[in-house]
Amino acid sequence: MSTLAGRGISPRQAMLAVAAPVLGLVAWHLSTSGRAFSLIPPPWDVAVQWWDLAFGGVWDDLYSATLLDHTLASLGRVYGGFALAALVALPLGMLIGRIAVVRDLLDPSLQILRPIPVTAWLPLAMIVFGIGPRSAFFLVFLGAFYPILLNTIFGVRSVEGRLFEAAAMLGVNRQAIFWKVVLPASLPSIFTGLRLGLGFAWVVIVVGEMTGVQTGLGAIIMEARQLSRTEIVIAGMVTIGLLGFVSDQLVQMLGRRLLRWSPQHG
Amino acid sequence: MDDLSAVGTPVRTMLPILDVRNVTKRFAFGNESIAALSDATLRIEKGEFACLIGPSGCGKSTLLRMVGGFETPSEGALLMWGKPVAGPGPDRGMVFQDYGLFPWLTVAQNVGFGPAARGRPKAEVAATAKRFVDTVGLTRFADAYPHQLSGGMKQRVAIARVLANDAEVVLMDEPFGALDAFTRERLQAELLEIWARTKLTVIFVTHAIEEAIILADRVVVMSPGPGRIVADERIALARPRDPTSPEFNALRRHLSALLGGHHQWRQPRRW
Repeated sequence: MSTLAGRGISPRQAMLAVAAPVLGLVAWHLSTSGRAFSLIPPPWDVAVQWWDLAFGGVWDDLYSATLLDHTLASLGRVYGGFALAALVALPLGMLIGRIAVVRDLLDPSLQILRPIPVTAWLPLAMIVFGIGPRSAFFLVFLGAFYPILLNTIFGVRSVEGRLFEAAAMLGVNRQAIFWKVVLPASLPSIFTGLRLGLGFAWVVIVVGEMTGVQTGLGAIIMEARQLSRTEIVIAGMVTIGLLGFVSDQLVQMLGRRLLRWSPQHG
Repeated sequence: MDDLSAVGTPVRTMLPILDVRNVTKRFAFGNESIAALSDATLRIEKGEFACLIGPSGCGKSTLLRMVGGFETPSEGALLMWGKPVAGPGPDRGMVFQDYGLFPWLTVAQNVGFGPAARGRPKAEVAATAKRFVDTVGLTRFADAYPHQLSGGMKQRVAIARVLANDAEVVLMDEPFGALDAFTRERLQAELLEIWARTKLTVIFVTHAIEEAIILADRVVVMSPGPGRIVADERIALARPRDPTSPEFNALRRHLSALLGGHHQWRQPRRW
């Protein structure tokens, strides 16, 4: 898995990485521009719209120079929901993974709740948490929750038995086993869970912001859709994609620092 | 061959360091219970180097794991310095065939793991770790992680980790079984050198007759179905031992006959 934030990338890799989007842009341009009528705006119009959204000075309408506000609102929900999900899912996953009673008590219910899509929770969320940011926050939380939970359970359950024997014969007592063995050994899985969780938080942000909030990238996408401002829709999509990418790169950088010892991450 | 050896003569004390009395171990196997080890009796004196040898299923690893405290006897008693063994402990260090190193710790941290876990001061842990990393010749690799090491180096770390933790008895479960022949010979020589210097008690499980004769003061021969001890032979050859000498070959034939004439080195390694 080579990434931009990793140990440098070769010119060849950079060219290949750029090739697909460039081809896509060309195809998009050829199929949309110069036509009398197209429901999908050509790439240049989207670029101009993105500029106006970010800095203003082109259309100077209701949306001009509002991108930062929407981005900050979405960032707050994504990272807030993610942080809360981690805060609940990490300890819960460790308990479910290590303690049979907790596992027997909660695991079956969680297995039934898990396949329910975040979208399906939307109406209930709006009844329970009301119209607005609290519902959005809850839905993002839900999206990030299961990947973190499941990977944490997997991590603490799949610690090699030999390591417990090694620790025991070196004099680690029962209470210390968790901190000395279980936690460090399951860090790679936990980390994978956090990375997936943050990814899902970005994925569900648009659904989350269908709850009647005024600001947020998801909110303007849904609003622009109703106004048939498709270039705003696409500009919002691109922004979410880029933010999700940067955020994943940061997480991976952190992982490489913390998990230098792991052949899969180091 | 009575007293050819000058080195490693066991010091006689009132109590043996390990006393295995009529130990039987049964494992449940579906509805049946199978005896992995039947009525084993064995006394190990402090400072002895004993090899347990036998084919798959003879109970040698089971016996070793019971001494380590990882299994409990179904019958009989297992005493260290006269006290029953209750669970694993730092007085009995174990070296596993698959190393069992902590992958998230560096070589030095793995070696210092025991002292650190038992709450020794940081400076002391670091000094101890350094000393034993040096002992096994891994000074240059002190900050490497296990996945960066070869099998032989990993096993050196596993040995250093037990030494650093002040183990009185070192239990070794086919520790060199997964290594290539050259690495195995070097590690055998290094182990003997460390043993001669530290006067540790070593119980070493192997299925290779030659390895047992090169290393041991005593070879405990075991046989399967059910696992039991069939002979307890003293090896009185002076060290270092020459595997090509007639005395060595005589011992090899003798042990091979005790093991039923099989060529043990052709048996599968793990069971």
